[in-house]
Amino acid sequence: MPIVQIEGASKRFGPVTAVDKVDLTIERGELFALLGGSGCGKTTLLRLLAGFETPDGGRILIDGQDMAGVPPHRRPVNMMFQSYALFPHMSVADNVAYGLRREGLPKGAIAERVAAALAQVKLADHGSRRPSQLSGGQRQRVALARALVKRPKLLLLDEPLAALDRKLREGTRFELVRLQEELGLTFVMVTHDQEEAMSMSTRLAVMDLGRIKQVGPPHEVYERPRSRFVADFIGIANILPDGNRWLALRPEKIALGVAEPPSAPLPAHRIAGEIVDIAYEGDRSLYRVATERGVLLVSAANVARDGRSFQRNQRVWLAWAADAAQVLDE
Amino acid sequence: MGHARLALAVLAFGYAFLYLPIALVIVYSFNESRLVTVWAGFSTKWWTALLHNEAMLSAAWLSLRIALLSASAAAVIGLAAGYVLARVPAFFGRTLFGSLVIAPMVMPEVVMGISMLLLFVGSERLLGWPPRGFLTIAIAHITFSIAFVAVVVQARLVDFDRSLEEAAMDLGATPWTTFLTVTLPLIAPAVGSGWLLAFTLSLDDLILTQFVSGAQSQTLPMLVYSSVRLGVDPQINVLATVIVALAASALILSGWLTRRRA
Amino acid sequence: MRFVIALPFLWLAVFFLLPFALVLAIALGSNAPDLAPPVELGFSLKNFALLFTDDLYVAAWLSSLRIAATATVVTLLLGYPMAYAVARTSARWRPVLLMLVILPFWTSFLIRVYAWIGLLANNGLLEQFLRWTGLAQNPETILGTEWAVQLGIVYAYLPFMVLPLYAALEKLDLGLLEAAADLGAPPVAAFLTITLPLSLPGVVAGCLLVFIPAVGEFVIPDLLGGTGTLMIGKVLWDEFFTNADWPLASAVAICLLVLLVGPIALFQRQQAKSLERK
Repeated sequence: MPIVQIEGASKRFGPVTAVDKVDLTIERGELFALLGGSGCGKTTLLRLLAGFETPDGGRILIDGQDMAGVPPHRRPVNMMFQSYALFPHMSVADNVAYGLRREGLPKGAIAERVAAALAQVKLADHGSRRPSQLSGGQRQRVALARALVKRPKLLLLDEPLAALDRKLREGTRFELVRLQEELGLTFVMVTHDQEEAMSMSTRLAVMDLGRIKQVGPPHEVYERPRSRFVADFIGIANILPDGNRWLALRPEKIALGVAEPPSAPLPAHRIAGEIVDIAYEGDRSLYRVATERGVLLVSAANVARDGRSFQRNQRVWLAWAADAAQVLDE
Repeated sequence: MGHARLALAVLAFGYAFLYLPIALVIVYSFNESRLVTVWAGFSTKWWTALLHNEAMLSAAWLSLRIALLSASAAAVIGLAAGYVLARVPAFFGRTLFGSLVIAPMVMPEVVMGISMLLLFVGSERLLGWPPRGFLTIAIAHITFSIAFVAVVVQARLVDFDRSLEEAAMDLGATPWTTFLTVTLPLIAPAVGSGWLLAFTLSLDDLILTQFVSGAQSQTLPMLVYSSVRLGVDPQINVLATVIVALAASALILSGWLTRRRA
Repeated sequence: MRFVIALPFLWLAVFFLLPFALVLAIALGSNAPDLAPPVELGFSLKNFALLFTDDLYVAAWLSSLRIAATATVVTLLLGYPMAYAVARTSARWRPVLLMLVILPFWTSFLIRVYAWIGLLANNGLLEQFLRWTGLAQNPETILGTEWAVQLGIVYAYLPFMVLPLYAALEKLDLGLLEAAADLGAPPVAAFLTITLPLSLPGVVAGCLLVFIPAVGEFVIPDLLGGTGTLMIGKVLWDEFFTNADWPLASAVAICLLVLLVGPIALFQRQQAKSLERK
């Protein structure tokens, strides 16, 4: 049985439909990411799972149980809040112990589990501090420990890395994945950062306007976007007309060359153009190339040390493999 | 849903408690009977009576003059006090200063009343000044109003974006010009509401005034108090109605002004 | 800048601090009805001794504290749900509701106390109402009892309780309550473990703003209380104005000040802390 089954769930706020007849199944042990821009409904969907919002229609089952009418404090899920929502008037240890105290566990057991949870997030000697005395990264780990210590069937993470600075974010990504694998828990994470979703999740769902546009493993969503929206939202895509349908072509799938490539395998997959702009990104550069089919974006690795393999206004040839382009449904 | 209904019940009860007595006072200002506990039909005779009550009108005029003077002086001194509290972190006597500014807010009025009277009596014996009356009442009112202005100003200055002042100084303004052209205009609403608070407190004060007023001067609250001690008086109901109407319109006006600015 | 500090400092030193020294000096003197002012300076503690030995004064001290404490608790119990409800109403209604709490404060204190005379008097509106509804046939008159004094204090000081409570509750991050619920706390537990402790500064400020002036209250016991309701503020007033015993009244003032110095200092500390935290 899947851990989460969402069947036709909807949620409206006044005239705005935040979540629109969403169907979604999440399997046990997954690290599932809900990805989308602001206002796409991903946070509302997460809050529906936590029980902070009640759906206007549809059903939500967690571990096979219908969650209708079950208040947040009785759900077998815990959440790591975007703001962390650490209780400012309690010590770190008391914050982590809070959920266990509500279960009425004996004092000794609580102390043991709190210590273990704090050790797990490498804050073993910070138990007596106040949240205000911690750094941003430490607070994030307290919030994680506080949610994990309850051993939820499902851990919800609302933008878990958004409040961290860039350096810290990279390390924390791996940390979260490691914890998730070690504990064998199901994580559902909301993020607006596609890189974060791609690098961490086992599967992800791209949302827009309250609907799920596509669900799948990161590589599949990236390589085989079904809609123009998904192709555009995840990574960069050149959208080319092809008869009465559209093709998505990733910039790194296009080879850039000075000489005309051989005409085999197919002439449709090569085109001449002129470089109009170059964005140097260190490891690679992004070129805007004007062709008869419009301006195409091409990404190429900077193999040569001086990094200036191509110049502006240079005439170039573009070519790509027969299976490089993805046909879009819409 | 149950939550919302409970909140509504709480609010209804709380506001009924706050406003029912006032509403009854207003209703009974139009009572024909002299007895405030018996309704004997609609009449405006107490309104006419109040308008011709010379003692009441002159007491009101005195109260108004005292309130204008003491609110304005308290606004200036309170502005200075609030500025110092918010912006001068350390000087000799800073702790004492802080206590002196805040303490009058919560000091029992009878204590302040007797102490100020003793000061005025002592200074009158030593220096022959000040005569008790308008001046002593105003000084007393200024003294306890300073705290209220200072607290409002301090709160505003703590929220204040200091880079605005730094920008002014960076552009060549002296500290004094900076205060006049940047700081003061931005905290003016706080000073204004402090002034209004001091004005109201002065208009309303009975105890302090009773101690320091001397034999000649009678302010409006003193007159009301001596009349109320003898029992209910329909003219007091009329006065209450006028005061409530004035306070309500002042509050609505200030609310409207702040919303318009925002 | 020196002038900016000196102006309020000197004003308050001369008109607020210095007088207390005078009060102390007078309190150590003795009553001299034939002089003007009726004081003979000296150094005697007999006025203070009287305050702590005479049954009347001891009773007045105790009942002041009791009445003020009871009224403060009742005001808190009434004010907390009100402040909570206001803080949780939609942003559209909040300014209006808040204004309605503040409005009585801008009207006359004296007149708000006066309003209760007609309500609580013998055969007054409350009694008429009780008889009319049949809730009580021969209700006892409340005016002139301690009940009336407590009611008056609760009524007059309710806004002072609601405003700091509202300020504390409005600041409360609702995400914390969601976090509590998420961790398994039912609403009541979440209130007791999160909302209440976090609004404690508001509770303390509100209680002090009611308790401190209520202990020394004069107008309310004078107008609503009877001969049986003893409060220290009224004792001071009577000693001063009726008996013209300035030294004894001064001694009462000094004792009242000493009694309230703790709460006043606590209030000041809170005030300073809340401004720093912003």
